[in-house]
Amino acid sequence: MKFSENWLRELVEIQADRATLSHALTMAGLEVEELTPLGDSLDGVVVAEIIGAEKHPEADRLQVCKVDAGQGEPLQIVCGAPNARVGIKVPLAMVGATLPGGINIKAAKLRGVESFGMLCSAKELGIDADASGLLELPADAPVGKPLAAYLGLPDASFELKLTPNRPDCLGLYGLAYDVAALFGSRVKTGEQAAAPVTSEARRGIRLEAGADAPRYLGRIIEGIDAKARTPLWLAERLRRAGLRPISAVVDVTNYVMLELGQPLHAFDNDTLHGDIVVRHARDGETLKLLDGSEAKLDQGFVLIADATSGLAVAGVMGGFDSRVTDDTRNVFLESAHFAPAAIMGRARKLGMHTDASHRFERGVDPALPQRALERATELLLAIAGGNAGPVLVAENLADLPKPATVVLRRARLKRVLGIEVADAEVARIFTALGMKVVPQADGWQVTAPSSRFDIEREEDLIEEVARIHGYDNIPTHTPAGALTLAAEPEARLNELAVREQLAARGYYEAVNLAFIGNDVLQRWGMTEQLVPLANPLSAELAIMRPSLLPGLIVALSHNRARQQERVRLFELGRTFRISAEAAARKDAPTETPTLSIVASGIAHAEQWGEASRTLDFHDLKGDLDALIAWGGEPDRWAFHADGLPGWLHPGRGARVTRDGQTVGYLGALHPQLAKALDLGADVHVLELELEPVLARRLPKAVAVPRFPSVRRDIAVDVPEEVSWSQIEQVVRSTLGSQLKELRLFDRYSGKGVELGRKSLAMGLILQDASRTLTDDDADRNIREAVAALEMACKAKLRG
Amino acid sequence: MDDLDSRAVQALADIGNADTLEALDALRVGLLGKSGIVTAALKALGALSPDERKARGAEVNRIKDRLADALAARKQVLEQAELDHRLASETIDITLPGRNGERGGIHPITRALERISAIFSRLGYQRADGPEIEDDWHNFEALNFPPHHPARAMHDTFYFGDGRLLRTHTSPVQVRSMQGRQPPIRIIAPGKVYRSDSDQTHSPMFHQIEGLLVDETSSFADLKGTLAEFIRAFFERDFEMRFRPSYFPFTEPSAEVDIRWDAEDGSTRWLEVLGCGMVHPNVLKNCGIDPERYTGFAFGLGVERFAMLRYGVSDLRAFFENDLRFLKQFA
Repeated sequence: MKFSENWLRELVEIQADRATLSHALTMAGLEVEELTPLGDSLDGVVVAEIIGAEKHPEADRLQVCKVDAGQGEPLQIVCGAPNARVGIKVPLAMVGATLPGGINIKAAKLRGVESFGMLCSAKELGIDADASGLLELPADAPVGKPLAAYLGLPDASFELKLTPNRPDCLGLYGLAYDVAALFGSRVKTGEQAAAPVTSEARRGIRLEAGADAPRYLGRIIEGIDAKARTPLWLAERLRRAGLRPISAVVDVTNYVMLELGQPLHAFDNDTLHGDIVVRHARDGETLKLLDGSEAKLDQGFVLIADATSGLAVAGVMGGFDSRVTDDTRNVFLESAHFAPAAIMGRARKLGMHTDASHRFERGVDPALPQRALERATELLLAIAGGNAGPVLVAENLADLPKPATVVLRRARLKRVLGIEVADAEVARIFTALGMKVVPQADGWQVTAPSSRFDIEREEDLIEEVARIHGYDNIPTHTPAGALTLAAEPEARLNELAVREQLAARGYYEAVNLAFIGNDVLQRWGMTEQLVPLANPLSAELAIMRPSLLPGLIVALSHNRARQQERVRLFELGRTFRISAEAAARKDAPTETPTLSIVASGIAHAEQWGEASRTLDFHDLKGDLDALIAWGGEPDRWAFHADGLPGWLHPGRGARVTRDGQTVGYLGALHPQLAKALDLGADVHVLELELEPVLARRLPKAVAVPRFPSVRRDIAVDVPEEVSWSQIEQVVRSTLGSQLKELRLFDRYSGKGVELGRKSLAMGLILQDASRTLTDDDADRNIREAVAALEMACKAKLRG
Repeated sequence: MDDLDSRAVQALADIGNADTLEALDALRVGLLGKSGIVTAALKALGALSPDERKARGAEVNRIKDRLADALAARKQVLEQAELDHRLASETIDITLPGRNGERGGIHPITRALERISAIFSRLGYQRADGPEIEDDWHNFEALNFPPHHPARAMHDTFYFGDGRLLRTHTSPVQVRSMQGRQPPIRIIAPGKVYRSDSDQTHSPMFHQIEGLLVDETSSFADLKGTLAEFIRAFFERDFEMRFRPSYFPFTEPSAEVDIRWDAEDGSTRWLEVLGCGMVHPNVLKNCGIDPERYTGFAFGLGVERFAMLRYGVSDLRAFFENDLRFLKQFA
């Protein structure tokens, strides 16, 4: 909502300067988004008439003008504006004036010709953005009159960022009540006089849309001059409210909308046939609108129609064929009340947003149509002449919204705000806002004006008191209420701990958007159980990510393209999937908190004293081992070479299980995928469900063993395909509880080991809870372990 | 006798000149060893008369002690010298970088989010969470947004075509937290939220933190006090603050909170940092809480905004580019 400060001051007494007014509005919830001073320093600028214009002898683009500034002698002024011509009245900045931009006007020679002043554009005067040429003033502008006085300057343009609950402030008339309450003054809007009725022209109005359109007023005005020029004062007010003056009829309807908040519409009466019918549109009905677009309507729209066709989409926009043109002689003015629910979302559905729809969907005072119609008539008759017919009224009083009567309890006011507000102040606030107040023993009974759609219950009144009394006047206090101590399960790591662990191991946390494109997912082979958006921003952001990896790999590539070869990134976020069965049942998609890692480059940051080597599977696995170790139950985790997703290298990937349940994968990217993504073999990834990682064992202490342990090392060679986990399992199950620890300390294949076999060296740490193990005990254990390995794993003990 | 004296004088000089531990030990053997001259002199005492033996014995022992002291003193000197030498030869360049000292870091959004959550957890707020794919009821209806209400237009919403949507704020967690339980309630709900808006200052995904307190005594004054303390705790400084009336369907009275921010050029301006208000009675009712008995307040803040202010980040988009040169600044 944009408006001229001077206009508002005409409607309500404001004993405060501009800055104070602006602050007060903002602090009352009517946020001043922009405040533009207009014509602040126009001393020395006067209305002048160009009485002569000749081409500059030395410059094609310049003219040498003779200008009458009301000083007797005409002034010679050199001017470059394209519209400078004899007969027009324009602003003249005389020698000695300083314009808003800081330009000092001096007598000067331009290309050898003397010039005594400057003819100005609206922009040069700081009153509009228009710099296309001189500001042309009306023909009746008095020559020699200071421009500021003539234009009603200085002024300021206020732009309010209004919240949707305050449609009453979408007209200055409503805004004036808030201002009056804030400054303890009174609104100056009196009764609207009825225009003299000098014509008998009538038209029937039928209401057929029930509660959606309970009041429709109309009036025919015959014999107007549609080409009449809008007076300067009215045009200026529109301009300062951000609207361009267009024509007398349109300007008048816009003016009344700004002043009162009531949108009006004018039809060319000669295009109408028979009665006006306010009805719901039929499904599939279409109407060509003022902006030339074709509206496709359905029963949800209220349509203004006549006997033959649709004329306007109620509360949104008028139709093209019934519009007022320069040739219009007779107009039919519409001033109606439409229920907010009947207009909400309708303009949006047509892909538009209009001043009318903005107001009607928030709620326009149902008492306004009469006043607005009379006001518009008054202005139109004054500007464009004509004869007004009688006011035509159709209404269903029962369907009009009723002003709510709400009780505010004194105790509740104090309870919610935390302070006591004096009774007199409460009553003053309500009264100033145009509400009727009846004091009661424990509070007030308040009836809101019909303009206030936001007053329905006690809290609405509490808000009004707080707002006008001032939030600043409510003290700060620390809550003293009861506290319950949150249960923090110890058997669960928090996510921050996981993040910090990964950061400590060299990973940086990334945050990616949760959307991804179908192309990327295709490439990864992630094509099932997807959750696409119905209204994505773009094809690249069309699907809720089923994995964090594609996005992380994009981030990895981004960094590698910027000289960061060694990249370590992780992300915690949700992944989204829906199975066909769940979709069929209309269940919500699953959201799985997920941890993902991408890594590339050398294993450790380049450093002295240790040779660099490329990151491999087991580096990443080590990072996962460290995370798992935090949970305290590594035995519940296992790694499997089978069942890998297509995006992993089939020989360098692992499926990770916890308690036998698959919870994720890690490994090298599949070489084909890596190639498609323009990445090398060093890129490794991990993706795990987060919850299993967060699970943590609550420690249960056992006595520290009292007897010493013994260590025996053995080396066996086994066929290449025998995995370490098979060996581990055989040794553990053979030796049972006496084996405390099994450590692999070397893995070797090559010279000295038969082709297709590998040598594994391991340390066995043996201990018994009840006695010290003897050498014999240890030897027996080793013999048994080796025998079992020979049997189960084709192992050979190495000398 | 004179012989021993004079040899002792010579021996003391030799001890003083010994420049290795080995040479010193050879001297010790020659003096105090089994066949050393002092040992021989002690042995020779047996042949003397008791009187002579006593006098002579005392003298030999004095010489022995002097030599032993001299040997010990010299030994200490030589050992120290040897140690000094060894230590000097073992000196390393302690300014060389340490090994495997690399580390990563958490994202600045996480950092700000955790800092905010930690402040509220000290005030007894429990962390709560909800789905990111929400239904209309939790995201709008239960929060007092009627269908088609213009307030909904302020939330550019992503839909899934089945009535579900991406939550546009963390406020639905309020509803989920209140359903099925009774006050006192203090929760803090951080998380991702989505709006279909993308430009220099809007990201289609961003992070919010929702706070909610419901009990039998809370008032707007408590809300002001809580947020004033939070702002001070987060920024570790005092700000001029103002609570400005605003509108959210799920709170009333509602406010927007501005802080007086110092720009780099020395000017100051009001900066909107969060929205808040007293929980609307309809919302309490929708969640099965008696609005006559209980009141509460709620607030919501944008984590990116707080991270930008706290860490001097000027471009919102930097948070989602994951450029290591940016991320490393927060390690």
